[in-house]
Amino acid sequence: MVLVLALGDLHMPHRGSDLPLKFKSMLVPGKIQHIICTGNLCIKEVHDYLKTVCPDLHIAQGEYDEETRFPETKTLTIGQFKLGVCHGHQVIPWGDLDSLAMLQRQLDVDILVTGHTHQFTAYKHEAGVVINPGSATGSYSSITYDVNPSFVLMDIDGLRVVVYVYELIDGEVKVDKIDFKKTTTSNP
Amino acid sequence: MMISNGIEDEEKWLAEGIAGIQHNAFYLHRALDSNNLREALKYSALLLSELRTSRLSPHKYYELYMRAFDELRRLEMFFKDENRHGCSVVDLYELVQHAGNILPRLYLLCTVGSVYIKSKEAPAKDVLKDLVEMCRGVQHPVRGLFLRSYLAQISRDELPDIASEYEGEGDTFMDAVEFVLQNFAEMNKLWVRMQHQGPLREREKLDKERNELRDLVGKNLHVLSQIEGVDLEIYRDTVLPRVLEQVVNCKDELAQYYLMDCIIQVFPDEYHLQTLETLLGACPQLQSAVDIKTVLSRLMERLSNYAASSPEVLPEFLQVEAFTKLSNAIGKVIEAQVDMPIVGAITLYVSLLTFTLHVHPDRLDYVDQVLGACVKKLSGKAKLEDSRVTKQVVALLSAPLDKYNDIVTALTLSNYPRVMDHLDAATNKVMAMVIIQSIMKNNTCVSTSDKVEVLFELIKGLIKDIEGTSTDELDEEDFKEEQNSVARLMHMLYNDDPEEMLKIINTVWKHIMAGGPKRLPFTVPPLVFSALKLVRRLQVQDGDVAGEEVPATPKKIFQLLNQIIEALSVVPSPELALRLYLQCAEAANDCDLEPVAYEFFTQAFVLYEEEVADSKAQVTAIHLIIGTLQRMNVFGIENRDTLTHKATGYSAKLLKKPDQCRAVYACSHLFWVDDQDGTKDGERVLLCLKRSLRIANAAQQMVNVTRGSSGPVTLFVEILNKYLYFFEKGSPQITGAAIQGLIELIKTEMQSDSTTSNPASDAFFASTLRYIRFQKQKGGAMGEKYDPIKL
Repeated sequence: MVLVLALGDLHMPHRGSDLPLKFKSMLVPGKIQHIICTGNLCIKEVHDYLKTVCPDLHIAQGEYDEETRFPETKTLTIGQFKLGVCHGHQVIPWGDLDSLAMLQRQLDVDILVTGHTHQFTAYKHEAGVVINPGSATGSYSSITYDVNPSFVLMDIDGLRVVVYVYELIDGEVKVDKIDFKKTTTSNP
Repeated sequence: MMISNGIEDEEKWLAEGIAGIQHNAFYLHRALDSNNLREALKYSALLLSELRTSRLSPHKYYELYMRAFDELRRLEMFFKDENRHGCSVVDLYELVQHAGNILPRLYLLCTVGSVYIKSKEAPAKDVLKDLVEMCRGVQHPVRGLFLRSYLAQISRDELPDIASEYEGEGDTFMDAVEFVLQNFAEMNKLWVRMQHQGPLREREKLDKERNELRDLVGKNLHVLSQIEGVDLEIYRDTVLPRVLEQVVNCKDELAQYYLMDCIIQVFPDEYHLQTLETLLGACPQLQSAVDIKTVLSRLMERLSNYAASSPEVLPEFLQVEAFTKLSNAIGKVIEAQVDMPIVGAITLYVSLLTFTLHVHPDRLDYVDQVLGACVKKLSGKAKLEDSRVTKQVVALLSAPLDKYNDIVTALTLSNYPRVMDHLDAATNKVMAMVIIQSIMKNNTCVSTSDKVEVLFELIKGLIKDIEGTSTDELDEEDFKEEQNSVARLMHMLYNDDPEEMLKIINTVWKHIMAGGPKRLPFTVPPLVFSALKLVRRLQVQDGDVAGEEVPATPKKIFQLLNQIIEALSVVPSPELALRLYLQCAEAANDCDLEPVAYEFFTQAFVLYEEEVADSKAQVTAIHLIIGTLQRMNVFGIENRDTLTHKATGYSAKLLKKPDQCRAVYACSHLFWVDDQDGTKDGERVLLCLKRSLRIANAAQQMVNVTRGSSGPVTLFVEILNKYLYFFEKGSPQITGAAIQGLIELIKTEMQSDSTTSNPASDAFFASTLRYIRFQKQKGGAMGEKYDPIKL
């Protein structure tokens, strides 16, 4: 059982001052093995904070990340799964599943994590799973109205991944989960 | 050399003294054992003679004294038992007065006196009176103090107090009070006299010795506080006035400081509250060198704790007008002590403020009054430079924040900003950060433009360069932290009412616009997003109020936004500004304001053309432009065409061929928007894709020429995927044949000798083919569509 935290689009301090308290109290150091971040932190403080939650931190460059040169895309292997992360402003049309599927094929990953739209989504398609953890701070987006703060926790166990999405709605944290299984060939 | 000799000598003398006592004690014990009164008196007198020395410091004298004290205890027991010596206590009292030297005589007299009182053969008050007066015979400070201390010690349990066995006719607790007061007065006089004994150059040594003795004097006050009969009335009418008289009249700063503090610590807070005027009245009469501010601070501290621990006494505080009295007293002290440094005055006000916040937290007028007094004290002086003073002023300003947990309350204190004005620039910033942190910690929302105005005035040290400073002097990390704090702060300024919110935004803009090129990149984005959030709120609200001139409209806000973003040109921050313009364009699109959206796009393009030079930055920027444009639905055909043409043109002009290729095929999406009728122009899509294909070809050839081998086929695979995208969407111009051709092309390229194999592009191609197979296997309409494509 490997826990992977996926989050991004915090936009601190441009669009928000901090993560919701309820999220912060959940993100306890030592519980998570990897963090995948879609980008747009935007300042070093946020990077340092994430590092304290888990030192194995993978970040993609968002268009508002200043002073940093994170990679545009990044891939890594966790257990039986190949994961990829990209902020998503590079994939046009923004949020379009088919275009994201193309990126997924290009990176050759089972799970693609992207952001930019601030809208949580988790799609299964031919090439694999595309997950958008939304905005961890619930910050303003030109694309999505009424953004609720959200992040994703993936529990990778063998050939199975359970995706837990945590959303802060009206002050309460609501959790949902989705199961994905991959077959031994890289065709889920 | 001299000093060490002195210490060595003292040790020698002490040793000699102790030896003397031990020697005579031996014979004393023998006399006691054989009940020989005469001998006992003889040897105890000899023993006590050791205390006649004037060569010892108080510290060492004390050691000698304690030994003598122990022997006197034995003697007292002997005196008590008449059977052993056969002498009545009255006769004994007479007998001991025949001792040769006065000091031994008086020690013996006191010892007998104690027995006398215990015997009850005479009223306690008479004996006590006699003793306290006889002790006047010893005027040497150290010897006199120890003697009277002895008297106080042994008489302790025999004072006629209420319900004590020594109370009787004519013997009341008032007599006890009188006795203690007198002993105290005499002891104080002796103590003060020490000050004039030594030569001036030994001042330090003298002060030290005096301090060693102070508890002897202070003990008397302690005893007074323990006399049961001394209630508030007696304290107020007799004890306090007499003690204060002694304190004031002795005109000795060491004594005054110690005794004032002693009074405050020893007597109950309830008494202090009720005698506040008297107590405070003594303060201006004290010597100017007395650290009266510490005394007053400790008094206020005690009273604060009293109020905190027993809330039911709060009305009493109001009834005795504690605040006013303290406030006046402090004013008088500051006035009287002309040479008091500012730090002293401010420290006093800090104590008073703490008191006020503890005791009368709801009286904001009191709090403001204290701040006002500070302002008065600080006016007319140059900006504060002394770090101790600034530290105190920061403490002063932080106290209301900590207490009220709510910056809004502090903002209503009219004198608060005035105090801040007197801080130097660096401290102003420190205080500003304290204020911001308080707001963030308490999640306070500042909800009117008036309050925002006051707030931003308070923190102006962070917002702009105030005279005499410049941002160059500041450490970069610190500067960033400051500015990020200001950015965070902006998210706490909010009002549900759009009119008020717009006022708030305008107020903030007014302040931050003067921030200068270093600050604007931090402060502009949060303000822009605040404004965009307001636009969205208005947009969702909709519905014009018929006929009313509403200041807060999206259009007006966009005008303001234009201004704000334009200010970034002084930094310059073209990339940031470009992004913000695009955000505004999207927002304007959602509000159906075509000309406004067009204008924002224009601004973005101008920046792209003129300011974004870095090739990597250009790639990102053009994708942002394309992505935003793709989502626009407000443009008419002409406008859309112009912008699309521009976007495609710039895409083709990027520096590196692969970047060109990608940007151009991204542009293909500009001609095909899924959720709207109208923009589904398959022809132009195809044109884009073909163009990107040509660029990919050229890129391949270039690599061939420059490196001698073909580059990876990745670009072709990407384009293939785009073909598939539009094929599936049903664009008639994208045919199965075209796709087939592309697949063959890629296969050929990959198999060619001159191609370096690239696992990534191989995998990409493989997964693309896999996808095609998957779609074919789907059956239904999609399967049919894919049927002509053979793999």
